[in-house]
Amino acid sequence: MSTAPIVYVLAFTAGFSIMSVELLGGRLMAPYFGSSIYVWGSIITVFMLSLSIGYLIGGRLSLHRPSLGRFALIFLGAAICLYPLVHFSEDAMRWVFDRIEDPRYGSLAASSILFIVPTVILGMISPYSVRLLVVSTEHAGQVAGVLYFVSTLGSALGTLATSFYLVLWFEMQTILVTLTGCLLACAAVAGLAARRARVRH
Amino acid sequence: MKPTAIQRPRRGRHPLPWRAAWHAAVGMVGVVGIVGVVGAIAPSSAQARIVHQERSVYSTILVDQRGSIICMQFNVRRDQRNQSCLDRRRPKVMLFPYTRMMMASLLLNPEPRRILMIGLGGGTLPLALDELLPAARQDVIEIDPAVVRVAREHFGFAPSERVNVVPQDGRVFVKRAAQRGDRYDLIMLDAFTSEYIPEHLMTREFLEEVRGLLAEGGVLAANTFSISDLYAYESATYASVFEPFYNMKPNDSGNRVIIASLAPLPDSAELERRAAALADRLKPYGVRFDEILPLMDTRQDWDPDARILTDQYAPANLLQNR
Repeated sequence: MSTAPIVYVLAFTAGFSIMSVELLGGRLMAPYFGSSIYVWGSIITVFMLSLSIGYLIGGRLSLHRPSLGRFALIFLGAAICLYPLVHFSEDAMRWVFDRIEDPRYGSLAASSILFIVPTVILGMISPYSVRLLVVSTEHAGQVAGVLYFVSTLGSALGTLATSFYLVLWFEMQTILVTLTGCLLACAAVAGLAARRARVRH
Repeated sequence: MKPTAIQRPRRGRHPLPWRAAWHAAVGMVGVVGIVGVVGAIAPSSAQARIVHQERSVYSTILVDQRGSIICMQFNVRRDQRNQSCLDRRRPKVMLFPYTRMMMASLLLNPEPRRILMIGLGGGTLPLALDELLPAARQDVIEIDPAVVRVAREHFGFAPSERVNVVPQDGRVFVKRAAQRGDRYDLIMLDAFTSEYIPEHLMTREFLEEVRGLLAEGGVLAANTFSISDLYAYESATYASVFEPFYNMKPNDSGNRVIIASLAPLPDSAELERRAAALADRLKPYGVRFDEILPLMDTRQDWDPDARILTDQYAPANLLQNR
């Protein structure tokens, strides 16, 4: 089997996870900083900034012997950095709350602490996927187009599923643990595919 | 106000020109549409005059007046429930059952000295409490500065040395107050509209924080919902922190008022005695205890197994729509 479908599925999952975490971020922070517009402003700023940095780093990484194995490591890293949100976000927010009075800067600081690292890593996935998929410069644009389509579709569905259903059925921690599990599963799938490709060559 | 209700009789009165216009030109359809909309708005403005309308960061605030009654709404849809109403001829009288029920909290503590009010609306409750209890100090927390402005301009609300208004999220204020070690004798929660519930103000953790702010014998009064799926969840959540509580639920209203205390609740004879002592002072506000006392019921009428709302699980708006 070619690796392309696997890469698309993984990019979809990454897109889904990013927006699911972003939406949960707003709920996570509301008890400490409220649910005012500036809390969402902080979260969206941090996510956009982190993704943009992630794109840069992911593109840069793709220059050095790109492989599914390394792709798997990105997912593993994202899962490892997402998981602490489950246990330490409360402490982190309390720490910020005790130090910053203004909820605007408090929410900006807290969302930076909580979300920069996992979101930067998740941002690396898109450019790295493009590198894994592109076989000829002629089709580079088309491949990038399909990839953006797939990952942004994942984001849209992640947003919808989380806000309409997941928060109605599950606790936030459960959703975060499940997302971590999905990212780990992605890492495993990419890792297995990498090994199979190596055996074949 | 449904436009069709106005358009239909007009069509009946002038069937021919309407039909002619309909057939004459496609462009005319637009004109007919505009006439219809204008016709729908015009008669309603004869009854209720829009006094003020503004879009704030949090909602659209609409103030309209019918006769001497002026009302505040948080939405442009005219069929929405009013947030707050005031009769300018009798400004003291509380027009909503829920505000009168909230005043029943004085039965549990007739002389609160420190009062926390979360959610301002038209300022009916803070105004009344300020008049009734000149020795009391109130902190009024309202997230939307535009609501404070409208309450001052149109509803006679006035911040003062005794009434301190803080433009802040209620939960953030409560956390900060706990950090400062502040305590209140009476806390009133009135932050929900039928449009939107701030979900972080309807969780067990929030109520625990509120409970932590109550002084010895302190009283909580909360204006909440009595309909939709949310009722059981919300009741179970309050019960997990404040059991037992008075669950005041008039038949004709979507509002339910919860009143709880850190002190044991008095028996009904004691309630009646206190009501008799308070009755004259509350009469000018339209608060009648023969109306209030029968509602002061501590019985559970919700599913006790309903899931408790927490900071981890708080889909209040989704539940309210079911």
